[in-house]
Amino acid sequence: MNIRRFPMTREVSLLVLAYLYVPVLVLVVYSFNANRTATIWSHASLDWYGRILTNPSIQAATVNSLILAFAAAIGATTFALLAALATSRAFPRRGAVEAVLNMPLILPEIVVAVATLMLFVALGVQLGLGAMILAHTAFCIPFAYLPIRARLEGMSRSYEEAAQDLYANRFRTFRRVTLPLLWPGILAGFTLAFVTSLDDFLTSFFLSGPGTTTLPVYIFSAIRAGITPEINAISTVMLVISVLLVSLSFFLSRLRR
Amino acid sequence: MSGSSAVSIRNISKSFGRGASAVRVLDDVSVEIGEREFFTLLGPSGCGKTTLLRLIAGFELADRGVIAIGGQDLTQTPPFRRPVNTVFQSYALFPHLTVEQNVGFALEEQGMARDKIRSRVGEALEMVRMHSFARRRPSELSGGQQQRVALARALAPRPQVLLLDEPLSALDLKLRKEMQIELKQLQAEAGITFLFVTHDQEEALTLSDRVAVMQGGHILQMGPPREIYEAPTHRFVADFIGDINLLEAEALPGDQLRIGQGVTLPMAHGKAGAVTLAIRPERARLTAPGAGTLDATLIHSAYLGTALLHKLELPGGGTFLLRQSEVAQTPLESGSRVGLALPADALRVLDQ
Ligand SMILES: Nc1ncnc2c1ncn2[C@@H]1O[C@H](COP(=O)(O)OP(=O)(O)OP(=O)(O)O)[C@@H](O)[C@H]1O
Ligand SMILES: [Mg+2]
Repeated sequence: MNIRRFPMTREVSLLVLAYLYVPVLVLVVYSFNANRTATIWSHASLDWYGRILTNPSIQAATVNSLILAFAAAIGATTFALLAALATSRAFPRRGAVEAVLNMPLILPEIVVAVATLMLFVALGVQLGLGAMILAHTAFCIPFAYLPIRARLEGMSRSYEEAAQDLYANRFRTFRRVTLPLLWPGILAGFTLAFVTSLDDFLTSFFLSGPGTTTLPVYIFSAIRAGITPEINAISTVMLVISVLLVSLSFFLSRLRR
Repeated sequence: MSGSSAVSIRNISKSFGRGASAVRVLDDVSVEIGEREFFTLLGPSGCGKTTLLRLIAGFELADRGVIAIGGQDLTQTPPFRRPVNTVFQSYALFPHLTVEQNVGFALEEQGMARDKIRSRVGEALEMVRMHSFARRRPSELSGGQQQRVALARALAPRPQVLLLDEPLSALDLKLRKEMQIELKQLQAEAGITFLFVTHDQEEALTLSDRVAVMQGGHILQMGPPREIYEAPTHRFVADFIGDINLLEAEALPGDQLRIGQGVTLPMAHGKAGAVTLAIRPERARLTAPGAGTLDATLIHSAYLGTALLHKLELPGGGTFLLRQSEVAQTPLESGSRVGLALPADALRVLDQ
């Protein structure tokens, strides 16, 4: 039976869409509100966007977030690539390795964040950007791993055999054939890891030290001082960046071989 | 063919899987392939052709036995140090490189100078008539064109041996026939030993200097196409290649064979007991009833243009195919009695 023939499928779909996106839509619309009070509409303006560009705390938080996201994404992608390559071919315990790598998807983040905090404190690791990078790298690995793994899975083994047949040793084969063919998957994985780190609040909140506030942590603390359209504006910018990056990642992982 | 071996395969065995689930894919296979020979492995799907080729290329390692190329033992050598190149069934052209870069891949790995690479790539592409496609990507080529590029890529470094795994199987019939001729010419031009894999018997017979017929991980018979066709030694070989009539017979002492119902014919056989006789449809002749080796009944005749194909019923049951090239004769009625002459030199006594 065709599901589209069910009565009211259309109406139900629209309701679900509204349920999912109305809050976000309201947030975006009010970011263009000239009024100081976030919930009362007066007239349209780009003031708040101008404001966030010149706000030094936001600038600092943005820089921190970008450094953190870049570092964590590079680390996570490297680990993910190595893991994907190591487990790609007839590896006996691939299931176990993948379960361990993908653990961050399943474990409650708050538990991991608290545990990491306690560990770092016990070890005397100074809280701040360094600690955040270590923690972010770990939970970004599965996001980097999945697109790389998928790419590798879809890649015929015969390209690498052909390279070896044409006198390329293992390293040269990797550099001239495996890596270029995996590249879209690696970029897709990097982008997903980057977005995941950029959007993270919980782990950053626990591990940030003085002067290492990230954007999500800044938004959280700003909200406690009252909701202003400035927050709507930063959130909208973050939303747009995330959507763009996730789309990019999706596009990359669907690139033809 | 000179006396020295280009490829020497001695007592190679290979199994996949471990323990109880291990499957032996090649069982004590030995082959000697001469310099500049066009040698073909022919056999049904799953008989181990690709596995043997992969062992020679170095993608798999043998459990037992020795592989030598140009007199050098390369049994344990990795693929990138073996002087052989492969034309893969799927072509495996690098999708991120142009035709030119694909063909130059091996030359770069060998550390050849840029201008030398350029001229070599040009020559190789010229040879397969693909020079006008040098800047294209493999995805912008037809199947036949990709096949040519794969050939050029494998030939460019001038390997001692070229391994070809069913390179024509993805092409349509017409293109396939053309490529067969080209392949044969290329081999003569390049002066390289070709080890060719196919499950198409006609292709094997047309192209090869020698053919090895494989079944279940064994080589059953090896020899020039003519010998394989005309003097098969195994029932499987006879059956696999072309049409053939198989008759159950009994070997009697004194060089006599009994073919059912008291018909005996003189023939040196060197065996005893039940044997199988094989004869090609075109080697048997029709005679007047009673004048041949035995009598049979005509079931029907098919007109093939250059010949007539008769289907006969033998006295003991069983059917017999007979190909008659003198079409001009008056057609025979279905159901008529005919005589069947089986010349002794056309009959083969087969191993089971
Ligand atoms: N890597 C492998 N692991 C397990 N079994 C394998 C492997 N490679 C081949 N085999 C098995 O070995 C047997 C021979 O395979 P092979 O590919 O050599 O056959 P082939 O003669 O080339 O057949 P085809 O004409 O279908 O290509 C098959 O039964 C196949 O299932
Ligand atoms: Mg095969």
